[in-house]
Amino acid sequence: MRTNPRSLTERGDTPGRRALRRLLRRRGAMLGLVIVLIFIVLAVFAPLIAPYDPVATSWSAVRVAPSADYWFGTDEIGRDVLSRVIWGARASLLAGLVSVCISMSLGVPIGLLAAYVGGWTDGLISRFTDSMLAVPFLILAIALAAFLGPSLTNAMIAIGVSATPIFIRLTRAQVLAVKVEDFVEAARAVGNPHWRIALRHILPNVLPPLIVQATLAIAAAIIAEASLSFLGLGQQPPAPSWGSMLNTAKNYVDNSPWMAIWPGLSIFLLVLSFNLFGDGLRDALDPKHK
Amino acid sequence: MKKTFVLAWALAGFATLASAQTLRIGLAEDPDILDPSLARSFVGRIVFASLCDKLVDIDEKLNIVPQLATSWQWSADNKSLTMKLRPGVTFHDGEKFDAAAVKFNIERHKNMAGSNRRGELLPVASVDVVDELTAKLNLSAPFSPLLTVLADRAGMMVSPKAALANPTNFGTKPVCSGPFKFTERIAQDRIVLERFANYWNKGEIHFDKVTFQPIVDATVRLANLRSGQLDLIERVAPSDIASIKADKKLTISRITELGYQGITINTGKSEQAQKNPLGRDPRVREAFELSLDRAGIVKVAADGEATAGNQWVPPANAFYARNVPMPKRDVARAKALLKEAGVTNPTFTLMTPTTSDAQRVAQVVQAMAKEAGFDVKIQATEFATSLNLADKGQFDAYVLAWSGRADPDGNLFSFYGCKQPLNYSGECRPLWDDLLNRSRTTLDTSGRIKAFATLAAETVKERPVIYLYHRNWLYASTTKLTGMRPIPDGLVRLQGLKM
Amino acid sequence: MPAYLLKRLAAILPTIFFVTIIIFGLQQLLPGDAAIILAGENQDPTVIAYLRQKMHLDESLPMRYAYWIGGVVHGDLGESLRIQEPVLGLILQKLPVTLELASLAMLIALVIGIPAGIVSAVGKDTVWDYTANVIALWGLSTPNFWLGILMILLFSVNLGWLPASGYVSPFEDLRANLAALIMPAFVLGNAIAAVLMRHTRRALLQVLSADYVRTARAKGLDERTVVLKHALRNALTPIITLGALEFGTLLSGAVLTEQVFSIPGFGKLIVDAVFNRDYAVVQGVVLFTSSVYIVLNLLADLAYFVINPRLRG
Repeated sequence: MRTNPRSLTERGDTPGRRALRRLLRRRGAMLGLVIVLIFIVLAVFAPLIAPYDPVATSWSAVRVAPSADYWFGTDEIGRDVLSRVIWGARASLLAGLVSVCISMSLGVPIGLLAAYVGGWTDGLISRFTDSMLAVPFLILAIALAAFLGPSLTNAMIAIGVSATPIFIRLTRAQVLAVKVEDFVEAARAVGNPHWRIALRHILPNVLPPLIVQATLAIAAAIIAEASLSFLGLGQQPPAPSWGSMLNTAKNYVDNSPWMAIWPGLSIFLLVLSFNLFGDGLRDALDPKHK
Repeated sequence: MKKTFVLAWALAGFATLASAQTLRIGLAEDPDILDPSLARSFVGRIVFASLCDKLVDIDEKLNIVPQLATSWQWSADNKSLTMKLRPGVTFHDGEKFDAAAVKFNIERHKNMAGSNRRGELLPVASVDVVDELTAKLNLSAPFSPLLTVLADRAGMMVSPKAALANPTNFGTKPVCSGPFKFTERIAQDRIVLERFANYWNKGEIHFDKVTFQPIVDATVRLANLRSGQLDLIERVAPSDIASIKADKKLTISRITELGYQGITINTGKSEQAQKNPLGRDPRVREAFELSLDRAGIVKVAADGEATAGNQWVPPANAFYARNVPMPKRDVARAKALLKEAGVTNPTFTLMTPTTSDAQRVAQVVQAMAKEAGFDVKIQATEFATSLNLADKGQFDAYVLAWSGRADPDGNLFSFYGCKQPLNYSGECRPLWDDLLNRSRTTLDTSGRIKAFATLAAETVKERPVIYLYHRNWLYASTTKLTGMRPIPDGLVRLQGLKM
Repeated sequence: MPAYLLKRLAAILPTIFFVTIIIFGLQQLLPGDAAIILAGENQDPTVIAYLRQKMHLDESLPMRYAYWIGGVVHGDLGESLRIQEPVLGLILQKLPVTLELASLAMLIALVIGIPAGIVSAVGKDTVWDYTANVIALWGLSTPNFWLGILMILLFSVNLGWLPASGYVSPFEDLRANLAALIMPAFVLGNAIAAVLMRHTRRALLQVLSADYVRTARAKGLDERTVVLKHALRNALTPIITLGALEFGTLLSGAVLTEQVFSIPGFGKLIVDAVFNRDYAVVQGVVLFTSSVYIVLNLLADLAYFVINPRLRG
């Protein structure tokens, strides 16, 4: 059935369109989105944008202050900080995105299962989720990262697994609410198999808050990677990552502050942007807003 | 008249108040068990230097000086050491220090469950109480490092009465005979010691209290010193030295350590050694060593606060083998050696603990060795895990530092002796064991120098350990603190310090 | 008491059981022989054997779990093999420190977060909204170890106003105690302020558009009365639950802040123990803090139930 575009706008628009307009109106969220996109561009085109090789050492240029040659200065073994910051965007963005992907791909199905099936399954999953949430997130991540070994990949796995219970709980709560809605009853009455109801009818309706949580979780994951690197468990040198750059730079804050300022600022900007965007998304997707 | 009297009293009160001085020391780690028999860490020894006196001590030149023992004499066959003890010494609980206490302590060090001194005192078979102030240590074989061993924790004397009263938890309330007695300890926060009024050398002690605060982050430790909350800090980060020098309120003290920073190569600890050209062929190891510029490593990885070295003792040490001098960097020769060995682009994994020192060394080494054709892969490993992997031989090369002992034997025996606990390379050669034993059983210095020289010449043929440099112990203190005498073992001795 | 709350109480036991499994597994499954790192520099084989025997390392995993849980049930949380002190003693020693730090951080979070949330909600989409947003969010966006080091450099080294690190008991010297804790409390409270701000804002916005508020407005009550009396009271209820949960997280989550500021609390204790493979300490402390978190969770639910009359039905 073809819909006349004019009649669509005349009739009023879909909730999706309204949400999008609300989102576009929130300037904070848009600013956040733009900054995130800039960092993504930096990360993707790092080989083209970075002026130097991020792991190329130079004995003669150890801890040089920002200058025309080295815009952000150099680090303790002569590497260009600007190039490392640009390449580091890859590690931080990856850390954020991959961790959250892991959390969601583990957490959403489990939460969906628990809420949909109910009974003992739900009880067991909920108790286990509660216990994971009771253990402090960073402790869990540290123990897991130490278990797996210090590397960026293992840090992402550790953060992803540690954040999974949040998504289990959120998905479960949302599904429980949606489960009793009329359209789900209708779908069941018509004879749809359970998997179909779960995946085609329930899941799409619980996605909005999950997406919001995912955005905010990316922000938290980036900080978590920096924290693990601070303890020596994240991306290892010589590969650049803002967190490990901060870990090294903390020893030189007094005499070579540029080593710490730029990665710290980058983390701050990227995480703030994700947070702003996530908040804006939440506002926009909230049906209770006018 | 009354006024002057009151004034005098006030001044006297003020004087006593002013003399209630506390020395606040910042440590780089939290010490472990404060029981000399069970203690396992370097940083704990710094606390012991104020808490527990030992039979003898060492000075800056590594000479043995009297402490609880005033003189000592080897028997003719060198198999027993008779020590005359200092009279009038008491423990913190008032008990008398005598030869019976020495016997008790040596036996405690040797026999206590979990004692870390057992291996150090292995050659000591028994202790005789000759008279109240004379103790005789009987050895199973001559052992020249004995006095240096007694200058460390194995020579520390605890009160037998207190040890018997608290057999399982002595470390929570240690009772020794040092210048300060134990007051309190809050784990990871502070250790507080108070002046022991009956200390035999109390003239040299000018503080009433000393507190040790572990602050792991070097930047924060220095910040504490700068802001006046600490008076002295140990293990200053080399990169901070320049800014401390510029600060008129702070002083720097430094001395070369007893130990070293080096790379240990798996040459026979496990089958993995045979699978890698570095572990298989000494020529590849020689090429690796020749690709390194030690001066450059010192400059970049240690900010110049180290002395380049190629042996288990620093070049200035009396026992340094002059027949094995430090090689200069020679990339051309390295490449030629590799060609000779039939490997063009050897690759190996360098297991690196996640400490910043080790990481820097590894990165510099990686860059330097690349020029000779080596592809060094840095494998960052948590320290605990790295020890385990090394123990199992699951590594190619390992960036490992050793804190060092006053006698070269302490830097050698456990590392080169067959099946010894720290022999991560896995070398096992009867000739080396023979030389090691010879250096132990010879008491004559020139004889030992000869033994070490031969050992150096032999071990360099295999190169299981490539020594890089010897770090400087770096201390920073307020300029108000005078009398600081750094000793190569890195411990802070309070005798003579005043503010 | 309704069935819901009884069910919650009954659920505590299996949850704690799972916590013990998780924390035991994570510790004991860590790579490497714990005895080796605890044996120290000399790596004396007899010491390693002694430690292995003390930690029951030669026995099976379930047996080790049984030893541990058996002790826990009797109130014996084991001993720190690194410094030979009982774990329970260490917990009691550090509890006041962590409690004080958590309370101060919570206070700062409330002082920053709630007003920021109110300002943001009332001035929605205006510059007040964005400013309050960014101020509160910057706490969530900065790694707290990073912020800590910067603050130490500024306030301790450059300005000399505050001590760089360490802890003094409030009974010994209250002023020094507060001076030592204010920076770490701020660093911690910052992040939580953001969470509180978000929730205050959201709850307030929801309530502000509710019917009874519109009625109050229609009745002619001024905006301030509307906000303060009606909206705020109802909006703050979820904050209680949130506050309790965040407090629970603070009890052990201050890991990095404590490292940087050398505050001898739980966080520092746990991290050092993980790297030293001091199993008993990690297991005991995490079990303790997790249990407290679970209980706080329950109490928050109870409080929420008590305060909100509508739930009582």
